[in-house]
Amino acid sequence: MTSPERVERPAVWAEPPAPARFVLDAWTIAEGEMRKLRHDPTELITRAVQPLLWLLVFGQVIANTRAIPTGSLGYMDFLAPGVLAQSALFSAIFFGIAVIWERDLGVLHKYLVSPASRSSLVTGKALAGGLRSLVQAAMVYVVALLIGVHLRLDPLSVIGVALVVVIGSAAFATFSLVIACLVRTRERFMGIGQILTMPLFFASSAIYPISIMPNWLQVLAHLNPLTYQVDALRGLMVEGATESFPLALDFAVLSATTVVLIAIAARLYPRLAQ
Amino acid sequence: MPPAISTQELTRRFDSVTAVDALSLDVQPGEVFGLLGPNGAGKTTTIKMLITLLPPTSGKATVAGHDISRDTRLVRRSIGYVPQLLSSDGALSARENLMTTARLYHLAASERAGRIDEALKFMDLGDSADRLVRTFSGGMIRRLEIAQAMLHRPEVLFLDEPTVGLDPNARRAVWEHIRGLREMAGTTILLTTHYMDEAAELCGRVGFMHLGRLVALGTPAELSAQAGKGKDLDDAFTYFTGSGLTESGEQGGQYRDVARTRRTARRLG
Repeated sequence: MTSPERVERPAVWAEPPAPARFVLDAWTIAEGEMRKLRHDPTELITRAVQPLLWLLVFGQVIANTRAIPTGSLGYMDFLAPGVLAQSALFSAIFFGIAVIWERDLGVLHKYLVSPASRSSLVTGKALAGGLRSLVQAAMVYVVALLIGVHLRLDPLSVIGVALVVVIGSAAFATFSLVIACLVRTRERFMGIGQILTMPLFFASSAIYPISIMPNWLQVLAHLNPLTYQVDALRGLMVEGATESFPLALDFAVLSATTVVLIAIAARLYPRLAQ
Repeated sequence: MPPAISTQELTRRFDSVTAVDALSLDVQPGEVFGLLGPNGAGKTTTIKMLITLLPPTSGKATVAGHDISRDTRLVRRSIGYVPQLLSSDGALSARENLMTTARLYHLAASERAGRIDEALKFMDLGDSADRLVRTFSGGMIRRLEIAQAMLHRPEVLFLDEPTVGLDPNARRAVWEHIRGLREMAGTTILLTTHYMDEAAELCGRVGFMHLGRLVALGTPAELSAQAGKGKDLDDAFTYFTGSGLTESGEQGGQYRDVARTRRTARRLG
């Protein structure tokens, strides 16, 4: 049987070569996620509340005690980049819950039977996870300026901060996706998400310098990608702050972590639909 | 012309359970084929293997001429799939859902908008195109899902329980659109259903699955006749698949299956 549609079929394909397809497909997924946030931004707004509390309440109290040695840097200057990294982490680490939700609904199956490669789908999700955190970054900047943190506001620094925030959040969102693929149910995921965030947070230089940690914790902190994110942010964000590691190393660690996690997630992602 | 779907000894085991047991089946181009049987008979597992979501344990199959294990991308390009669960994104509008599909299938940019309008019109969703899908009724969601699955003009369309949880009017509307698609595009359709009236209404041929095996194959009229004089497809269902009906329920209707079906029904209803 030769239907008219069948004759017409070749005309509809406009497939670019594989590398371009990868980028386009990942962007399609990321853009869809952005659209959802535009339709319903409640989540972004609620997420922005947490960093406010850390800066205004925790930060102000600890700054008054002068208990944490941060060298020539004031504590609020020290803390602002840490809070940005922390709030981005806390929302990225629960990114997987949305993926489990999509699996329970069936939306996931739809994407997995499309010709888009698994790695492009996962990269799109990671990118979406990364871009979402920019809203939090903007929030932290506004509040930090209001309370007198010495922010660097030249375009290059701001772009650098945006990049670090996006890559770091993409890494943790993908980490979350990997966990979602392994545990598969919302209940188990919530438990594990809670267990993971605190160690990641406390074993980093987000709210105190590595130098005051006990030795065993210092070792863990050096293995923690969040440490490198905070380090890069501190150097790029705050006037007079110095990085503990070269900026290039921070970027390398964060990018490599993201790539490795995406590769793992692309492997595991189809298991969700089985 | 080669079969649209062809399986040879297709088998899938989960631990000790054989969900699909050496299934051999050919579906011809343009055919509407119904895969029938109780919960746990292996219908959904069969579909999942054919659409490349689940690798077979053994055996072979081709869809639109492409090997389901080797040429996964070509298979995916040739098929449309409407899962038993919801597959349209409620947080996006109908048009945005279709646009995402158009982009993932790399339809020519110049054709996308026209094709989407055409699909919306065909499925009678033109007036609701820019509403968020979460505000749609069950029947509207199903029609949108079918529109999405058909947007790239697949050669083979898989429908897993397309009318579960819909009221009679919405079911009839979905049927009409499925028939329309077949007439317009000559699409081969493989569907599963628990409603025998639906199978009799839509399918040229049906196969009964029971405990992972294909136990009967033929036109609805042939199979009804085999169940006895004056019998219908409902009787044939019991005749061919009723034997395993024990207290333990065999694999039929595991808790998870039941929960899932009811959840789908609730969301659509």
